[in-house]
Amino acid sequence: MMFLRYAVYRFITMLLTLWVVSILVFVIINLPPGDYLSNQIAELRATGQAEGVAKAEFLRTEYALDRPIWEQYLIWVGMAPGPQGWYGLIQGNFGWSFEFDRPVSEIVGDALWLTVLVNLAAVLFVYLVALPLGVLAAAKSETWVDYTAAFVGYLGLATPNFLLALMLFYYGNKYFNLPIGGLMAPEFEGEPLSLEKVNSILIHLIVPTFVIGTSGAAAMMQRLRANMLDELSKPYVETAKAKGLGPSKLLAKYPLRMAFNPFVADIGNLLPAMVSGSVLVSVVLGLQTIGPSLLTALKSQDQFLAGFVLMFVALLTLIGTMVSDMLLVLLDPRIRYGARGS
Amino acid sequence: MKKLPDGRWVDEAPWSDDADLSAPERSDMDAPNWVLVWRKFKRHKLGLISGIFLLLSYLMLPVAGFIAPYTPNQRSADYLYAPPQSINLWHEGSFVGPYVYPTTATADLQNFRWTYQTDTSRPMPLQFFCEGNQYNLFGFIPSDTHLFCAPDGATVFLWGSDRLGRDVFSRILYGAQLSLTVGLIGITVSFALGIFFGSIAGYFGGKTDWFINRMIEILRSLPELPLWLALSAAVPSNWGPVSVFFIISIILGILDWPGLARAVRSKFLSLREEEYVRAAEMMGAKPGRVIRRHLLPNFMSHLIASATLSIPAMILGETALSFLGLGLRAPAVSWGVMLNDAQNLASIEIYPWTAIPMLPIIFVVLAFNFLGDGLRASLDPYKG
Repeated sequence: MMFLRYAVYRFITMLLTLWVVSILVFVIINLPPGDYLSNQIAELRATGQAEGVAKAEFLRTEYALDRPIWEQYLIWVGMAPGPQGWYGLIQGNFGWSFEFDRPVSEIVGDALWLTVLVNLAAVLFVYLVALPLGVLAAAKSETWVDYTAAFVGYLGLATPNFLLALMLFYYGNKYFNLPIGGLMAPEFEGEPLSLEKVNSILIHLIVPTFVIGTSGAAAMMQRLRANMLDELSKPYVETAKAKGLGPSKLLAKYPLRMAFNPFVADIGNLLPAMVSGSVLVSVVLGLQTIGPSLLTALKSQDQFLAGFVLMFVALLTLIGTMVSDMLLVLLDPRIRYGARGS
Repeated sequence: MKKLPDGRWVDEAPWSDDADLSAPERSDMDAPNWVLVWRKFKRHKLGLISGIFLLLSYLMLPVAGFIAPYTPNQRSADYLYAPPQSINLWHEGSFVGPYVYPTTATADLQNFRWTYQTDTSRPMPLQFFCEGNQYNLFGFIPSDTHLFCAPDGATVFLWGSDRLGRDVFSRILYGAQLSLTVGLIGITVSFALGIFFGSIAGYFGGKTDWFINRMIEILRSLPELPLWLALSAAVPSNWGPVSVFFIISIILGILDWPGLARAVRSKFLSLREEEYVRAAEMMGAKPGRVIRRHLLPNFMSHLIASATLSIPAMILGETALSFLGLGLRAPAVSWGVMLNDAQNLASIEIYPWTAIPMLPIIFVVLAFNFLGDGLRASLDPYKG
């Protein structure tokens, strides 16, 4: 019951945060002077195409771009009636992309769940790599295992993501015959889901997952190692050793459990960085996620498309953080529900 | 000290009755804090080496133009995508001093690329303190003397040349001027904001604390890069490179402060209950004075260590933005701008040296990490 209350509390906080984020996003995408349509109108006027101007003017009133900025915001979110009535983000209307002359939902379409997929794979990768390596590095601390792990970790932190992506693509293709670019073989695009398509996606996922996950895994591994070392120096470990517990059980039974909590909590901190990373890596590698559309939208001031993508990315992060908070409470009963005491 | 026949050691100095028995045995027991910190830091070899490396890199910045044989936008139209040349000392068993072999380019019309032939029969010694293109020493002294330059009729591309025939080595030196300072400006902004918000949140508590905390949570839960992208897309494209550079570094700083503010806040929460704070308050010190004079100096050093650790993120951020074409733009030279050229697989495969700017990035980021780790470990001289 207490957990349910905490979950509801956490959910409401998330919604409030999302609301503030929407204001921030709207302000940011409106920061550049002018908008897509007024730029277009000016250009059409300069070249003397009258009918184009009329269409652009029509779109301007249709999408309420001629109103004051706060009204535009309310209409965009769906908290005020626009020219088409109450029809904004809340009501499921993602807006219109001027650049592609199509609804935003049509453009992003498949990209949404592919974005989720790429990020899920990266989180999974972080856990699968960081957990065994971190424990191993702590158990064999100050040996070559530890040093190698630390070295690889530092290198992972220091190499710019996008470069790692390019190098891995090149060498992965050269030596392991991994495919270059994209998230699936071109013939599967727009096809219904089939076993071959899933297979193709999985093979294409290898490099991006590795690239997005590396820096997160490195950070996580270092943290886990430090936590494990703290736990291993405590008296109860000595007691267990004195009583004759085997080395693997000694590690797994208590210290690992204690060191595990920050491990779950950290994913909440890592997630923003990883989602950012996935946007960048998608642009470089040409993955069909929403990353590339964000870049083009930002460059051409296609404000509704950019705004939607930013909102979606933020939503993804917020949901991830919320889930990690809830998992943490389930795992560690010592964490108090509800408001934090001082 | 003298060793007695029975193996004991005896101090030969005469016994003086005035000697203070309570005086510390080691003369440096009351050494100032920074001496202790320095002594401990010296033992952290990796941190020390990184510190020296960074110091040298930053000292190099104002004289980059002198060290670089070329100026950043100087084009050698006959040498596009020239491979790196090596500087040799010995030619056919005899010592000639530092020299290069001249190269000539021929167009390979089959594969549409340039191929370079090295003429190994004619060693051409490098010139030192020679005249070249004009640059500004320390940013304002015009000068045209370079440390070394190519002999007439040859080139000296230590790390190759790029798409337009510009020297990669020289451009890396010039690029360092922007890429390395971006982190410093960004961290200054983030430092100021972080300390300001963190300290008022921690010191006053209550509603202020609640409000600032929510702000921190919101900013921390947002993916940074898309925000960077959006903010830098808002920079007008007609601005000059210098103002774009400042805006970019300020943007990087604005989104970085929450982490620092959080650390400051939690420290303040515990420190504000100390007696000396109450004493200062009772003597009538205003909150501003208590924060600046009594609280902040307590953990300034820790803040500096954690700031050192967040500079790399800014350097990588600038690189990523410029790489995507939303950060610094072409006439400006930074490592990210240079990597923009190496964006496709073809250039990595055929002209791998265009990706060389990644090496200084990796080294600098690693060095900042090690330096920060070393600083953090040695700031508590009494521990461990």
